[in-house]
Amino acid sequence: MKKILTLFVLMVAVVGVKAQETGSVLIQNATVITITGEDLENTDVLIRDGKITEIGQNLSAPRRVPKVDATGKFVMPGIIDAHSHLNTVSTNESRNPVTAEVTMEESVNPNSVSIYRAIAGGVTSIHLMHGSANVIGGQNETLKLRYGANVDGMRFEGAPRTIKFALGENPTRVHGQGNGVQPRTRMGVEQVIRGHFDAALNYKKNREEYLAAKAKWDSDKKGTPPVPVAQNLRFDVLNDIIEGNIWVHCHSYRADEILMLMRVFNDYGIKNYTFQHANEAFKVAPELAKNGARTSVFSDWWAYKFEVYYSTAYNASILNANGVVNSINSDDSELIRHLNHEAAKTVRYGNTSVHDALKMITINPAIQIGVDDKVGSIEVGKDGDVAIWSGHPLSIYSKVEQTYIDGKKYFDLAEDPVDMRISIDPTDDFDSAANFEAFHSGRQNDACLEGAFILNTETIQQ
Amino acid sequence: MKNVFKLILTGLLLTGFNTAQAQITEKPGFGKFAITGATVHTVTNGTFDNAVVLIDGEKISYVGDNAKITNEYTKIDASGKHVYPGFMDSKTYLGLVEINAVAVTVDNRELGQYNPNILAFTAFNPHSAAIPVNRVGGVTHVLSSPTGGVIAGQAAIMDLWGYSPDSMAVDATAGMVLGWPRYGRRGSFDRRTDQKIEEEYNDLISDIDLFLDKARFYDKMMTEFEKDSRGKQHPDKDIKMEAMRELVNGDTPLIVEVTRSQDILKAIDWAKKPENEKLNIVFSGATEGWRVADEIAAAGIPCLVPALYLPTRQYDHIHRPYENAAKLHEAGVKVAMMTGETENVRNLPFHAGYAAAYGLGTEEALKAVTINPAQIFGIDDVLGSIEAGKQANLFISDGDPFEPLSQIEHVFIKGYKIPLATRHTQLYEEFLDRDAVEN
Repeated sequence: MKKILTLFVLMVAVVGVKAQETGSVLIQNATVITITGEDLENTDVLIRDGKITEIGQNLSAPRRVPKVDATGKFVMPGIIDAHSHLNTVSTNESRNPVTAEVTMEESVNPNSVSIYRAIAGGVTSIHLMHGSANVIGGQNETLKLRYGANVDGMRFEGAPRTIKFALGENPTRVHGQGNGVQPRTRMGVEQVIRGHFDAALNYKKNREEYLAAKAKWDSDKKGTPPVPVAQNLRFDVLNDIIEGNIWVHCHSYRADEILMLMRVFNDYGIKNYTFQHANEAFKVAPELAKNGARTSVFSDWWAYKFEVYYSTAYNASILNANGVVNSINSDDSELIRHLNHEAAKTVRYGNTSVHDALKMITINPAIQIGVDDKVGSIEVGKDGDVAIWSGHPLSIYSKVEQTYIDGKKYFDLAEDPVDMRISIDPTDDFDSAANFEAFHSGRQNDACLEGAFILNTETIQQ
Repeated sequence: MKNVFKLILTGLLLTGFNTAQAQITEKPGFGKFAITGATVHTVTNGTFDNAVVLIDGEKISYVGDNAKITNEYTKIDASGKHVYPGFMDSKTYLGLVEINAVAVTVDNRELGQYNPNILAFTAFNPHSAAIPVNRVGGVTHVLSSPTGGVIAGQAAIMDLWGYSPDSMAVDATAGMVLGWPRYGRRGSFDRRTDQKIEEEYNDLISDIDLFLDKARFYDKMMTEFEKDSRGKQHPDKDIKMEAMRELVNGDTPLIVEVTRSQDILKAIDWAKKPENEKLNIVFSGATEGWRVADEIAAAGIPCLVPALYLPTRQYDHIHRPYENAAKLHEAGVKVAMMTGETENVRNLPFHAGYAAAYGLGTEEALKAVTINPAQIFGIDDVLGSIEAGKQANLFISDGDPFEPLSQIEHVFIKGYKIPLATRHTQLYEEFLDRDAVEN
């Protein structure tokens, strides 16, 4: 009897937790931008217990399921940002050119009000990335923006492991120029990668031989015990990359360094990777397409540093026309508030179709972070991550009215309190406000270098 | 045969190359143009459907629906299209900064705290790669501004077409830039006592007051001397004080960079001092203007504001940045939009678009990028609307220019029909359908 009671309590607990995390809603009579199919006029979308269960006209739902009249409005999948540092505690572990063992999992601030600001822009998932100070940086974390949940509650269940790489100016400035260690040049960057991959493969061979010998010695106790080969977490991660268990997202700008990494990856048989920023990716679009490499780019950032000087806002359109799976990312807590608008710029710059522009902030980033079986389009069976827009999402006049994650409403323009902080820092001066200085002095870097230069400012100045 | 093929191929490649070159060297059109059939948004005199705009040389010569178009005019059929005055970005670093991370290309920050004699005009690079890239988005002239220190120097209003700062300057000394000192604690690391904060702030303000006092004295002295030099010793010329004369007379606006509400209020108090009454003050940034909009309106100070920035305080409503311009306008403040950008001032229409969507409305937002900045900087006799007699800075778009999906099809600056080729479009044309090579 006691056992049954415990079981019952457990069941209630489980159901309770589920009910808290997911929701149900019937969105009625909207223009549904499915992304993977045609846009559907006057269509209902039913989400039950977190999943999209039906798409069609005049759908019915149980009484308890809330209904939203979306006549004249647009429903699209939640926006996915494949490059974000939105709510990191720290971004860079910048004291070594290779830090594959660190993870952003340890660096998530679930209480940052930036999360709410992003949801209010229709964003539902982000790829929270390590910074770009290191050639091989830390592992990233894919999150659903369930504002109010803790770190575990925000984790995107089932998303593949990913890791940040970085080429070009950032690692050469931080390490070569700043710390006096390789790489100081793009030549060095390649060798740091190859050297570490080779060392990791050697380690794996030696470690496996040792483990086999030890197992044998443990059973028969003959002769001398084998010399131990210690476990090395960094090399374990590198082997996971080589074996395809971890996908690479590589910060890069110049065409030649993009070619370099594809050459290296082909040599080691690494297949699943995305170039981040990749301002010059358009110059090697056929090679990217041939290798099945993907890109995630800014809509129009350029000229803030030298390696983006010979680039173009038409980058995304060129990549798309050449068959490269491309996404538009923010890398910025302001841009993430209007990624729809950033995507719209790909139509202006290079005549990308409206449909493809929308793919660049939904299904394409989902493919790049390996969650396209769950999000990125409105299809039966997928997660109930959707946003309701007052008008077409690529119009500057359209506003996000509601955002749902797993069918649960996280943003509603009609009930949108002024102060949405979850945690308040008591040391913060109430009167302190962000100055406009950053805006005024212009941008020098992508946000990826946050934290890195604070450490190295003294040494990098020439 | 193979050789012939090669020859043909080389010929084709060369032709392609020549085309690219032709774009780089394409000359702008100049002379007489007739834009017909368009919806003309004059900004100051309403909107005409199916109207004609005539351009003669540098100027607009006619706007209306009853034009006689002679054969000398190059006709541009703009049926179904829209004509707008060229947009003005009211604060940028365009022309002064080429690559922000490369220090040797950064010419917007001079050393020193008081630099009234520093001119953006001097360092404005007419050949910056960013100029063509941005003007084809409909931004035809910008305020290009120095920054840093207390008095950063003088900003210039520049047309985005020309081969010299001289030919591009609409106003080479459009405004003196003052970075308002920050009042209060800089953050939790700032351990100064309240008294210390007050003292240090007051010291900074007295320095500014002293500098202005000197300038007023210098101006008075020079004016007296210029009026009648008989029996007077020629005063020493002071290059900094000389640069301040138009400012203290109110002829040159004082562009006060100020963002936080506390600082805005302090700056308003300062502006109200009797000795500062003559100053023609403009606030730039004013990202927290909405908090103190009534006070700014009462002081009659116009504001240059962006719309795409983050809420300045953690506890602020998410839409405050978008709404800032609207709330200032509602309170009665004259508002002009700025981006504060260098290489992406082409995003100005989108700042205006967000402001429009969040309360300002399309019509007012349009003024905020055309006639309002022209009035604020006293160039509304030349620019800011589509009127006969004004300089021909205008563009033709296929729709609402605030919409990213609209395309800008023709741009005129000072009567010149600007080539639409830029580095960005050239790279597009070269690489869209690039020959694949083995890798």
